[in-house]
Amino acid sequence: MAELATLRQAGTLSPARSRAGDRLAAKVRRNASAHGFLIGAVLCFAFFSWYPICREIVLSFQKTQLGVTSWAGWANYHRIFHDPTFWTAWKNTAEFTVLALIVGYAVPFLVAILLNELRHAKGYLRCLVYLPVMLPPTSALLLFAYFYDPTYGLFNDILRHLHLPVSQWVQSSGTGLPSMAMISVVIAATWMNMGGATLIYLAALQNIPGELYEAAELDGAGLLRKIRHITIPQTRLILSMLLLLQIVATMQMFVEAFILTNGGAGVNNNTLSVVNLIYQYAFALSGASNYNSASALGVVLMLVLATFSGAYLWLTRDREATR
Amino acid sequence: MIRRLHRRHGPSRRQLAGFTVFAVLGLAAAACSSSPAASGGSSGGHVTISVDCAPPASSPVQHKEWLADVAIFEKQNPNITVNSVFENPCEVPASFTAMLRAGSEPNLFYTYFTDRNQVLDAGQAADITSYVNTKTVPTLKDIEPTALAAVTAGKTLYGLPTVNYTQGLVINRALFKQAGLNPDQPPTTWAQVEADAKAITKLGQGIYGYGDYSAGNNGGWHFSSEIDAEGGHMTNAAGSAAAFNSDQGKAILQALHQMRFVDHSMSPTQQLAWGTLQKQMAANKLGMYIAAPDDIYNVIVPQDGGHINDYGMGPIPSTSGTPAGSLSGGNDYMFAKHDTPAQIEAGIKWMNFEYLTPGTGQFNFVRQKADGFPVGFPEPQLFTGATLAKYQKLQDASATVNPDFYSTFANAHELAMGEPADAQAVYKTLDPVMLSVLTNPNANITQLLATATTQVNQILANSG
Repeated sequence: MAELATLRQAGTLSPARSRAGDRLAAKVRRNASAHGFLIGAVLCFAFFSWYPICREIVLSFQKTQLGVTSWAGWANYHRIFHDPTFWTAWKNTAEFTVLALIVGYAVPFLVAILLNELRHAKGYLRCLVYLPVMLPPTSALLLFAYFYDPTYGLFNDILRHLHLPVSQWVQSSGTGLPSMAMISVVIAATWMNMGGATLIYLAALQNIPGELYEAAELDGAGLLRKIRHITIPQTRLILSMLLLLQIVATMQMFVEAFILTNGGAGVNNNTLSVVNLIYQYAFALSGASNYNSASALGVVLMLVLATFSGAYLWLTRDREATR
Repeated sequence: MIRRLHRRHGPSRRQLAGFTVFAVLGLAAAACSSSPAASGGSSGGHVTISVDCAPPASSPVQHKEWLADVAIFEKQNPNITVNSVFENPCEVPASFTAMLRAGSEPNLFYTYFTDRNQVLDAGQAADITSYVNTKTVPTLKDIEPTALAAVTAGKTLYGLPTVNYTQGLVINRALFKQAGLNPDQPPTTWAQVEADAKAITKLGQGIYGYGDYSAGNNGGWHFSSEIDAEGGHMTNAAGSAAAFNSDQGKAILQALHQMRFVDHSMSPTQQLAWGTLQKQMAANKLGMYIAAPDDIYNVIVPQDGGHINDYGMGPIPSTSGTPAGSLSGGNDYMFAKHDTPAQIEAGIKWMNFEYLTPGTGQFNFVRQKADGFPVGFPEPQLFTGATLAKYQKLQDASATVNPDFYSTFANAHELAMGEPADAQAVYKTLDPVMLSVLTNPNANITQLLATATTQVNQILANSG
């Protein structure tokens, strides 16, 4: 400000430019605290999100040998696209996503409706449903790894007591659609994660005005018609957002298969997911491992998810606009 | 107006809070960035070296012995301070790879023999060739040539070995006796292994005759060892193409499939990685599996609670009964690229004291016996010549292990075979083959080996 005043007195600034400068300075002053707070978040995102993303893209076009990093063109992308497990990993990831949506999306919604309808022990049951979310994922999965053990596991013990044929569960060798191995992974994943989605659905359900249900009951609507004509339309926004989040999360499935199958690939690679394959490129191949191929696959996954998310948001926004 | 005047007099509380957040983040970011060299180095003739793979307090006796060794070494070398990095396991592939990428290794860092190429590709190993000679490492000329080769590239030395091994067949003598078998004559052919495994499985109560790995790269590792014993090869001599799709490879997988699905002498629980079979052996639930002797004295007895007299070893099985070779392997310490010359010199002194001198450090057999550790195993096969003789004499003087339990293994004098090119990548690719053979009753062995061959060829072509 002092400089501005000095310059004005010296006649080096026109009155119009001076007023513009004043306005700019006032604007900066007015927003200084906001920028101060914002810069923290910007720095955090820059260090921990944007820089790694940019670095990943750069790495995907490089190679490092004997400590010397050089440009590799599309070689890393060529390598991953010609890896026989590349398409297997995408097929498995799609299989997990579809199964996780059928089971993991519908089950919490139905549980939320049930909880909402209950008159007694609501708090107790909500706590019970949410309990698995509080368990560390590794512990929950190790628990399921024991349940699935073909020799000593709980599930096969139950089947034996019922004189039913036992299963190899996650160690099943089938690669069909769906495979028993992948179903086993989905069951464990749903059990672990459904508590959070259930509570969100429940909150949405409780915001639906009771009068709507009362009016429907007067019109003679049963439970299914109430769900179809009131519950689903009223929670559409939440359902739509959770669907997007769930698909993005399930496409990045890693820890479930990694722990349940002691490395992630399963028999005949039937539980190998895209993120598992990224992990294998980066860490598990030791001498031949490289961050560059892992980065290339990471970029491909990011592009697929970004395209999907963009298309999904565009489609849902478009529909809202036309209503 | 009041607000504007107030602002002219100085920043508001909100502004102050905003700037404080900014300043704190800036300081935190600055604090996070440190160079590896800043953690050690020398000043005024004093050198500090960091060394990983120090036994943590969760292994109290090994921890105590390590601290005692550090104290003795620092007393002998008052200008050197050893900063121990306590960890177990000594190497976790994910963090190891990340460490190499960041260049944040300790001055001396533990690696497997198979890690050499990865470390060199990352440019993280210091050339120690000019520092290592018979004055700095008096036992140098007697170190097993294959072990030294594992830390050498061309004519450049990047590390010093600490353990070298070949694999054999670990047997549970207690179960052999219970099943009416002779534990002093472990099986040597696959046919004998199958017969003995069947007999042991008949004991029931969740006991299985034979076990093998099929996860964590360990399945491929064992397959490699088994194919070496058959006289086959994992790759061609140039290391440029897979060679395991052979009669030898098929014979091994067929033997495993037979035990799992025809004899039912292998457990339905598969997808096992290192650490699991040792626990089964310690709990007397497993009759046989392939391993190096250190599994018994490092894991089964001290960690998993097995009884030392319940175990013995024979040579690695083969169709003929005389193994053509046995996969050798081992561990070493490499020196970080950022080490100063003084740190390399100090590090070599430490290696010489702790790992390469019979009578001190890992070869202080008197102390091991006093601490209750079994002494007398035919491992590590680190020395030859006069040093081996000295080592043997010291070990025999404190031996607590009955050598007869290991005589057939020791007398086999297995020919040590090096690991294949890009070993871990090759092993990783063979894991699914082993897993399929051990979990799929209809596994198509020919098809599995053909697919794995394609994948390994691609890995070898890309590894350049």
